[in-house]
Parts: sequence; C-alpha cells; structure tokens
Amino acid sequence: MTRMKSWARTGLAATAIAATVITISCGKASTPAGGAGDAASRVYVPPGQHDEFYAFMSGGFSGQIGVYGLPSGRLLRVIPVFSQDAEKGYGYSEQSKALLMTSYGFIPWDDSHHPSLSKTDALNDGRWIFINGNNTPRIARIDLADMHTHEIIEIPNGSGNHASPFVTQNTEYVVSATRFSVPTPQRDVSISEYKDAFDGQISFVSVDSATGKMSLAFQIHMPGFDYDLARPGKVASHGWAFFTMYNSEQAHTLKERNASQADKDYITAINWKQAEQCVKNGKAKPGPATYAHNWVDDADIARHEMLSGTKVLQPVDCPGMAYFLPTPKSPHGVDVDPTGEYIVGGGKLATVIPVHSFSKMLKAIEDKAFDGELKGIPVLKYEATIAGEVADPGLGPLHTEFDQNGFAYTSMFVSSEITKWRVKDQTVVDKIPTYYSIGHLLVPGGDTRQPDGKYVIALNKITKDRYLPTGPELTQSAQLIDITGDKMQMLLDFPTIGEPHYAQAILASAIKDKQVRIYQLEENKDPFGVKAEKDVKVVRKGNVVHIYMTSIRSHFTPDNIEGVQVGDSVYFHVTNLEQDWDVPHGFAITGARNAELLIMPGQTRTLAWVPERVGVMAFYCTDFCSALHQEMQGYIRVSAKGAGTPISFNAPK
Amino acid sequence: MTRSSRLILAAVALAMALAYPLPLWHIALQAPQYPEGLGLYIAIDRIEGENPHDLSSINNLNHYIGMKVITPEDIPELRFMPYILAGLIGLGLVAALAGRRWLLATWVVVFAAGSLAGLADFYRWTYDYGHNLDPHAIIKIPGMSYQPPIIGGKQLLNFHASSWPAAGGWILVGAMLVGVALVVREYRARPGAAA
Repeated sequence: MTRMKSWARTGLAATAIAATVITISCGKASTPAGGAGDAASRVYVPPGQHDEFYAFMSGGFSGQIGVYGLPSGRLLRVIPVFSQDAEKGYGYSEQSKALLMTSYGFIPWDDSHHPSLSKTDALNDGRWIFINGNNTPRIARIDLADMHTHEIIEIPNGSGNHASPFVTQNTEYVVSATRFSVPTPQRDVSISEYKDAFDGQISFVSVDSATGKMSLAFQIHMPGFDYDLARPGKVASHGWAFFTMYNSEQAHTLKERNASQADKDYITAINWKQAEQCVKNGKAKPGPATYAHNWVDDADIARHEMLSGTKVLQPVDCPGMAYFLPTPKSPHGVDVDPTGEYIVGGGKLATVIPVHSFSKMLKAIEDKAFDGELKGIPVLKYEATIAGEVADPGLGPLHTEFDQNGFAYTSMFVSSEITKWRVKDQTVVDKIPTYYSIGHLLVPGGDTRQPDGKYVIALNKITKDRYLPTGPELTQSAQLIDITGDKMQMLLDFPTIGEPHYAQAILASAIKDKQVRIYQLEENKDPFGVKAEKDVKVVRKGNVVHIYMTSIRSHFTPDNIEGVQVGDSVYFHVTNLEQDWDVPHGFAITGARNAELLIMPGQTRTLAWVPERVGVMAFYCTDFCSALHQEMQGYIRVSAKGAGTPISFNAPK
Repeated sequence: MTRSSRLILAAVALAMALAYPLPLWHIALQAPQYPEGLGLYIAIDRIEGENPHDLSSINNLNHYIGMKVITPEDIPELRFMPYILAGLIGLGLVAALAGRRWLLATWVVVFAAGSLAGLADFYRWTYDYGHNLDPHAIIKIPGMSYQPPIIGGKQLLNFHASSWPAAGGWILVGAMLVGVALVVREYRARPGAAA
C-alpha cells in the first residue's frame, strides 16, 4: 500500500510539473515576460521618427529631470536643475552658479521629486515645468522652450519640501509644505518638546502669468505634523488645495512605528482663495524669513538675491481657510479627479482607498459636521465627506492618476501592482503587476481636466532581476502599460536616471515646434560676450585676467595666449559664434578644478581657472563639432608669479 | 499693335516689378548633417539665406574648402541690376503706350540680351567662388571644384547643390515668353505693316 501510494504520489507530482511547464510555456508564447505579445511593435518608433509624448521624470536623488520620449522610453535629455552637472558646466560656469545659491550658501545638489507642468484652465499649457528640491526646500522653474532651469526659489521656514510644487489650475501658485516639522522660527529647543515647539508650514508661491517669475505669497502656520503630498483642486474644486499628512501622533522618534498608530490621519483642505482674501484684509502677520531667490536674467546670466520676511496666516485668524478631512491611514498621495469632485487619498497603511467628495465636503462645512478641532482647524466627520472606499485594491496604495473615461489608476507599493478602478462607484476593474515596488505613476495629462490617456507608466523603486545586473547599484525603472483596452497590458520596461518619483507627460505636438534651436548672437547681452573674432581681447586687472574669446568650427580665437601668471584668477569667457542648429562647442583646460563648459550657439559661458604651475597648458573643444574637431585646441602660457611676460594673444585684424 | 497686345505688354511689364521683392534664383544645399537643408536666395539687389543664418552657415562651411566669403556688399551687380530692371520695365511700358511693334521687338531683344548677360555674370561669379580657392584650404581634393550649377543639381562633397529660378525668376521667364508670343502675334497678323 505504502509503496503504491508513493508511486501514485510521484506520478501525480510528475503530471503536475508537466502541466506547470506546459502552462508556463503556453503563457510565454502569448505573453512573454509579463508583456503583451505584440508589445514591440506598439512601442517601436522607427529610426528618424518622433515619439508621441515628452515625459518629464524627476531624477530623485540625482536632483535633475530626465526627459524621455513615449512610447519608446528613449532618454532624450537630462535637464540639470538642483545638482551641478560637470558635463554641461551647469552650476560651474560663472553664468549658472548663482542658481544654486541658498540661505545656506552654495548647495550643489538636492533631491527632486515632483515635476509639475504649468497649466491654463486645468490643461497643460506647455510653458514651464516646476520641480521641488526636497532637502534644502526649493522650487525650480524650467522653461519648456529651451529645457533649461531659469529660476530657483528657496522656501523659508520649512523642512523637507515634499508636498510641492503641484501647480494650481491656472498656475496661480505652486505650493510647498513641511514634511519634517521643525521649530519655526528655528531655535535651540529640546527635541522632546516636539508637540509644543514644532510647527508645520504650508506655503503658496505665486507665479507671474507673463514671465513665470515666482515669489513667496504667504505661508500658513500649521500644527507640527508631517505634511506629505499635495494636489490643488480643479474645475469644481478650483480655489482649494489638498495636502496629506501623517504623524498626527506627533511622534518625534522612531516615527516608523510611533507615527503609525492612529487609525486615521488627515487630508488638509486649504481654501486658498479665502487665504488670499485674509491676506488682503490684513490678517497675515509679518514673520521672520531669510531665503534665496535666483533667476536667469535677459542676458542669460543667473542672478542671486537674498530676501527677508514673510506673511504668515494663523488658521484661527482666517476662518473658513483650513479643514482636516480624516483619512485612513498615514495617507501619502492625494489626487483630484478630472472633474475636481473626487479627492483620492493614498492611505499607504490602509486596506481601502478612501475617496472624498468635494461637494459633500462643502456641505459638511456648511452643516458644521465637525468632529472637534485641532489647533483652531475644524476636523470634518469622516462619514460626512467620504464618497466611498475602494475595497480590496491591493496593499499600500500611494498615488492615483486618471484617464479621460472615468477610471483611476492607483499605485500599490506593497503588493507591487497598479489597480484600475471606476471613479464613480469606486469599483476595482483590473490589476496589473509591476516590477517592483511602484511608487508614483503617470498618465499623460493625468492630473488635468482632460487626460490624454493611452498609457500609464509605473515608476518603480526596485528592479532586482529585471535588467542585466550592474554590481550592487541597480537602475530604477519605468514601465509603460497600455490602458486603451479593458485590460491593462505591459508593453515596455526602461531604466531611468536617479530614482523617478513623480513624472508628467505632455503631447509632443504641444511643445516640439517651439524648441529653441540657437541663441541669437546679435541678441547676446553677456557683458563678456564677443560677437566677432576681430573683437576678442585679453585684459589684465591686477591679478584678474579676462579672456574674451570665441569658438566656431573649428578653432578658438585667440588660440595662443601669453602673459598669465601662477595664482592669477583667469576667466575664459567663451562665446560660441555658431548660428547653426546642434553645433555646441565645449571648452576644457588642463588642471581645471571645476568642470568644462558646454556652450550653445550664440551663448557665452565663463570658466574660472587659477593656474597653479608654470608651463604651457592646452585647452580644447570637448564636443565633437566637425571634421577638424581634433584641431580645435590652443595654448596658454603660464609664467611664474611676478614674471614680466606681457599679455599677448593672436587674433585676426 | 492691337489694343489687347498693348494691354498685355503693359501688364507684363508691371508684373516684372514683382522681381524686386521676390528672389530670382534659389540654391538649395542638402547634406546628411543638414536634414533641414541650407539655402540661398539671390534677388535683384541682395543675397540672403533661406533661413536667418543660412548665409553665415554656408560661409562657415565654405572655409573648409577655401572658398571666399560670400559678401553681398562686394558684388557690384547687386547695386546696378535694379536700374537695369527698371529700364526694362520702363521700355516695356513705353512700347505699350506707343503701340509700336518695333519697340516691342526691341524690348524683347534687349530683355533677352540682358537676361543672357545676367546668367553669364551669375556663371562668372559662381565659377570664381567655385574655382578660385585658398591654396591653404583645409580640405584640398585634386581636380575638385565647387561651382554650383546654374540650373539643375550637382554633388559637391557631402552637399548636393541644386539651383533653380525662384518666384521672381519665373516671373521674368514668363514675361519674356509672353513678349516673344506678342512679337509673333503682331508680326504674323500684319506682316510688313508699318505699325
């Protein structure tokens, strides 16, 4: 009997294995490696053809923005924003250094999380993209016509600028909030006094509708919680902005556990139109603040100024401005559907996805359906604002984007999947695994009133075995998923720079044709710029030497320079005289301790250099510009300090 | 001349004034690195790039083969050609007003002679630019010259140059053909008649 059983068992096991193998191989035949069978043709963009969308992906700890084409997933450009980029001379050249100034001095890096396209009438208008610096609280503005950073403003009185920048429906404001509550203003107190001495701050930074220039409008003094993410209202809820927060426990140590105890934390609803009114009526009080504001002027030179003072609104002084919506549980993302009616909380420890109704919220406020208040801010009753809960969505809901057909897509960090659900009745309709541990996700136009749909892109934290391994440091990745049918279909994995947090995408047709090809040489206003080779010069002022030079295929003018001494401060002001598309020139000199320059046609960039050794040093073009690129080089003679070598250089008459 | 011939001649002469604003000739350059192309327009009194910086880009590229810099200010024809065109238009109008067919015939002959001289001059300049190269040029290929064609296409190293009349040029070509047609019409209708 025993033997028989054993034989039978082995037989059954063999059958089961065979069945599994057959299943797997069948599965592979139709859907290879988690992708649709015809995926290749659906993401294939033939040589020379353009992608349909630009995607702007945060570089996370790289501090930059990656620009990708969709659906191909091709990396098109890395826009340097918060971090120095030696390749481009960004943050090294004299014209760009000032962008990275802060109240802490020069900060050459940050952690960038949430790109946010400028909007008009709740649609992407293709003018600018904003992104937050999380570590040293800042917001940057990038112009979409030249894809360069044009402005960075520091946010005072905050710490951990995570709930940012998230533009309002007409780019009236970009927002900011404190993820790490701190004493405000900063002072020397015991950390154990957290509950009494630590504050949060929600800031509104206005954006000039013509120039895009940012200025700190007002700050709202909030209880010392951890404000996590934000999303302004739109259409129905235009005029409001929503901020998630965790740590209603107000823990100051081991937050992992101690800030995860309460069943519900809050979404903070801010009526910013009411706040504007209160500021207008003089309800805001002047508060201390010191912060940097940096921008690129019309001569293409970054300027830096330190500003002081801020307007602070206390919620008790401005009734009707702030409400707390109880939301399970340590909510992370907060997202507003295309109509503006539904406010979705991503309760990362919750078992459901709570969906608040904006109209119910207004009714609850009118009916005073309050559950007490916190530091003067009314807490609304959960039942009074909730439209419904998405049941069994998966584990660890974080962020939600929307399509144009009434569906929402929520990332599930813990169960590593995207859950598609119907907004109006909060019913799950589909799920798709992601590889692995999805954070944010993006639908092109998914935060506008009219999403472009077509794809959802998963932005994953972990890749493990998805790519060829590269030692202990592995790439992060994005995954392109088709959402045009009833079932989501995985089409493509592609690696990303840094760690992608949020990302946004815009139809290529909206910005492709306005891309700047060259800077007009005749409009070059750099005081050290030179418009013709005959105008180059070398000028000594004390121990400072200014070299006004030019580059054009395939030579520098001058290319022989003498009269420089060890210890001089030498400035190479290089103007690229080209007026031809895609002909940048580089500039590099032996022993440069900073970086090289990459100079666009018509642009002037300046490299500072302190010669340290007597001798003749070579400089050359680093960007392969022409057939005679290798010849594009020159020499500078460095004499000993105090040597009598006169300044001389060669140039055409 | 018949009334209709005079009217047509007057209209044609006036239409020739369009050759002031409109370019006469177009030279297009295509290369692998220039998918968007480079181009020059030659007009009665100026040479300009098809796009704002094309002329400087072409000059910059030409320095590799040692071609002289194309400087419109140094081409005297661009200064006096507008007067020649004005004279042709004036003579056409006089012929139309006078209604004399010999004047019409004279106009056509002068026009044709002027055009041939213009094309010959164009050829002379392009020959000079294409052959009279800097002996210290960066790229020297024995036997190679870089004269673009007057009409048609030609491969010049990595560039394919093609040269054709532009709008103003076609108007002049059309005007001349109409003039020839009018001469034929007038002389065939009343051969030997005095007027």
